[in-house]
Amino acid sequence: MPKFNKMLRNIARLYHQQRLGGTAIWLLLVAVVFSTPSYGQSLAVHEFKLPNGLKILVKEDHRSPVVVSQVWYKVGSSYEHGGITGISHMLEHMMFKGTDKYAPGEFSRIIAENGGNENAFTNRDYTAYFQTLDKSRLAISFEMEADRMRNLHLLDEELTKELQVVLEERRKRTEDNPQAKMYEYLMAMAYANSPYKNPVIGWPADIENYKVADLQAWYERWYAPNNATLVVVGDVDVDDVLQLAKKYFGALEPSVLVDVKPRTEMPQQGVRRMIVKLPAKLPFIFMAYKVPVLNTIDNEQEAYALEVLAGILDGGNSARFSTQLVRGRQIAVSASAGYDLSARLSSLLTLSATPVEGVSVATIEAAIKEEVMRLQNELVLPDELSRVKAQVLAQSVYEHDSMFYQGMLLGIFEMVGLGWSKIDEYVEQINKITAEQIQAVAKKYLIDRHLNIAVLEPQALVLQATHELKGANHGH
Amino acid sequence: MVTKRFMILFLGVILCSSLRAEVTIEQWRTTTDTPVFFVKTEGLPLVDVKVMFDAGSARDPGEEKSGLASLTAQMLETGAGAFNADEIAAQFERVGAVFSTGVSVDMVWLDLRSLSTLELLNPALDTMGLLLTQPTFNSSDFDREKNRVLTVLKQREESPGALAKLSFYKALYGHHPYAFPALGEITTVSKIQLDHVKAFHQKWYVAENATIVIVGDVTQDHARKIAEQLIAKINRGDKAPELPPVIAQPEQNIHINYPSKQTHVLLGALGIDRNDADYFPLVVGNHILGGASLVSILFEEVREKRGLAYSAYSYFSPMTRKGPFIMGAQTRNDQLDEALAVMHKTLEDFVVRGPTDAELTAAKKNITGGFAMRFDTNKKLLEYISMIAFHHLPLNYLTLYPEKVLAVTRAKIKEAFERRIVPEGLTTVTVGNKVSESGK
Repeated sequence: MPKFNKMLRNIARLYHQQRLGGTAIWLLLVAVVFSTPSYGQSLAVHEFKLPNGLKILVKEDHRSPVVVSQVWYKVGSSYEHGGITGISHMLEHMMFKGTDKYAPGEFSRIIAENGGNENAFTNRDYTAYFQTLDKSRLAISFEMEADRMRNLHLLDEELTKELQVVLEERRKRTEDNPQAKMYEYLMAMAYANSPYKNPVIGWPADIENYKVADLQAWYERWYAPNNATLVVVGDVDVDDVLQLAKKYFGALEPSVLVDVKPRTEMPQQGVRRMIVKLPAKLPFIFMAYKVPVLNTIDNEQEAYALEVLAGILDGGNSARFSTQLVRGRQIAVSASAGYDLSARLSSLLTLSATPVEGVSVATIEAAIKEEVMRLQNELVLPDELSRVKAQVLAQSVYEHDSMFYQGMLLGIFEMVGLGWSKIDEYVEQINKITAEQIQAVAKKYLIDRHLNIAVLEPQALVLQATHELKGANHGH
Repeated sequence: MVTKRFMILFLGVILCSSLRAEVTIEQWRTTTDTPVFFVKTEGLPLVDVKVMFDAGSARDPGEEKSGLASLTAQMLETGAGAFNADEIAAQFERVGAVFSTGVSVDMVWLDLRSLSTLELLNPALDTMGLLLTQPTFNSSDFDREKNRVLTVLKQREESPGALAKLSFYKALYGHHPYAFPALGEITTVSKIQLDHVKAFHQKWYVAENATIVIVGDVTQDHARKIAEQLIAKINRGDKAPELPPVIAQPEQNIHINYPSKQTHVLLGALGIDRNDADYFPLVVGNHILGGASLVSILFEEVREKRGLAYSAYSYFSPMTRKGPFIMGAQTRNDQLDEALAVMHKTLEDFVVRGPTDAELTAAKKNITGGFAMRFDTNKKLLEYISMIAFHHLPLNYLTLYPEKVLAVTRAKIKEAFERRIVPEGLTTVTVGNKVSESGK
């Protein structure tokens, strides 16, 4: 099921503006309501916590008679140890394979019959399950999500088949995609001991050898109300949602949670380089600087400055990579910069490019380095800085167009430990960033000692087609 | 300074909520006779504007110039009036607007999303208007963009899925314009010259050939002014003639040997056009067969029962002329025969027996029960209205749709599938590594 890698790369530019400034109301449950002066009461986030530890976030959005319901668990590939990599993702697949009450596949059939869309996704720091439904059907989602939170059946015969499905997923996403495969090798090199070194989907040898007992242990360890957040966005009434949530999730037993170990990445001591040779048509270069994120940084302003820095390089068609590398010097077909400020652990600021035919990878690498040096040696121009800020502000409105996306943001910020209210600070914090701060983080973090470089060297890719007009002997 | 002004404007905006119970499409024509479709939305201070031309790749002048429509669209942002590409991009981005162009076989479009605050919207519209009326088509920009396209086309060969699709469309459509990919091919794009782009633009980017769609938080009066402003200075021109009808080709088996771990499979035949009389029986039937996410028969047979693939699906892709019906999956190379056999059997069984009552009821509940979710964002609504506008569907299409779905019967599905989809007559394309011993 989908991993929102692309979405997550861009996510940092999509936070919305909302001011924290609410009142806390304690009812039978712990209930905290944040109201938002600039957006009006209806778009406030309401936070509750059930006695069993389940956190609930509700945001009313009445533009369509629809509701998005998402259950988020604090577990993903960065929680995994060697030998069972990818097990969080495997478990996500198995969550559709039946409970005490429902047969395998029944969950999906019931949601479909109720007009719903549903799926799930796993990433480094979380696993989430979602349904989009007519607002009148929310109880169906709650009833079945609560059921599979504690009563999953992990059956050998289902695992045997589903493990093949996951291997096919891996072939499709990674094995047969040269740039994705190169990225996987680069992560494995860039991190010495951080769990971010492992692919979300897992290494093939680990996937092939999952046992039901591994999955059972993983399920029991992480799938509990006190390790989950329920996010609801849509045409609902906050109080109704809370009552429904109490009814269906309230009786679930909490677990005793053992904290995940920190596994803090060892400092890198020099440039690391790799060449990846794969059947492909085009070379590609990927440069990744080790950088902290909002969750791990001492001075949060540095994380916001890195965010703006990425926008200066690649925040649109008027950003430096487009104006300098694609158009000005015409040496790159495409070039991009990425920084995921909302990761749980320290991560990477990535710069990547595909050279124009006839231009060497070394030339592109030097050109990207020049752009980095320019950030270190010169202040960015006022126009560039205000462009990034204007885009961030506009995006903060655009992202309200999707209820699903609003739910995504709330969920991710909860899962990585930042807390959803951090989302509210985003636009304001970006607005405060100065040219001097951008220069300072460029000097501090974008240095060779933190740099990892992978180059894709294309190997011959030979195609051969055979055609036949179908005659008498069709069929198989 | 820009930022400060921006902040003040923004904070003056109050977001309120209102229910999108029923979508009301307003329709009129500009002074240039260009149709405009408008839906007013409230709750978010933003507006989406789409200008479409009947100038997709089906209008490429012959298969030897395949890719011209796409390259022409790509050239629009490289210069207009007195501005170069950097300046155009900056004019959109400094007001937070998002602009893009795109092309399909049937159409080309220019999309603008902006905040509806006049001080931000007006500069974005001015720039969009400039691109529509005064593109410069500079030769150095052309050389660069053409070169970029050629590289992308080269990279396309890294994707077995993309190669399968290319091959499938060629087999299905012969020499019809739908046979050729919108982006073109290396051999055809190499031969395109700047004069071809200019001529293509002059012929097709004209008021008579345009359709405008506006969705957002502006009044109808304002929407009228926006449409008028965008289109008023464009040449009147002529409407594009009807596309040639699609002629069925002899079915083919094609295999492309490719060094991948999986074999990509596409099976299919000619399907339906947007106004096809069999649209609802076939689309509802396909929902049961392979359209519904996670619960279709094909998904059940290929993935859930046998673990043969991660994705297994079928769909009709309705276009101006008959689009394809496609069944697809990807499987480990050594499982190809089994996967093909299961896909064939699934279709044959479905065509022979039709859906069960339970399957049809479940499909109707899924489609009608989730219908509001098809346009629950401004973006999705814009795309739906654009489809209605471009294909001349009735303005109450969003109301009619669930009614027509509910009117479909088992017999109608069975009859339509039997008549339109012949399981023995499918074209088959496979791309993968046949010689691989284990495939692992």
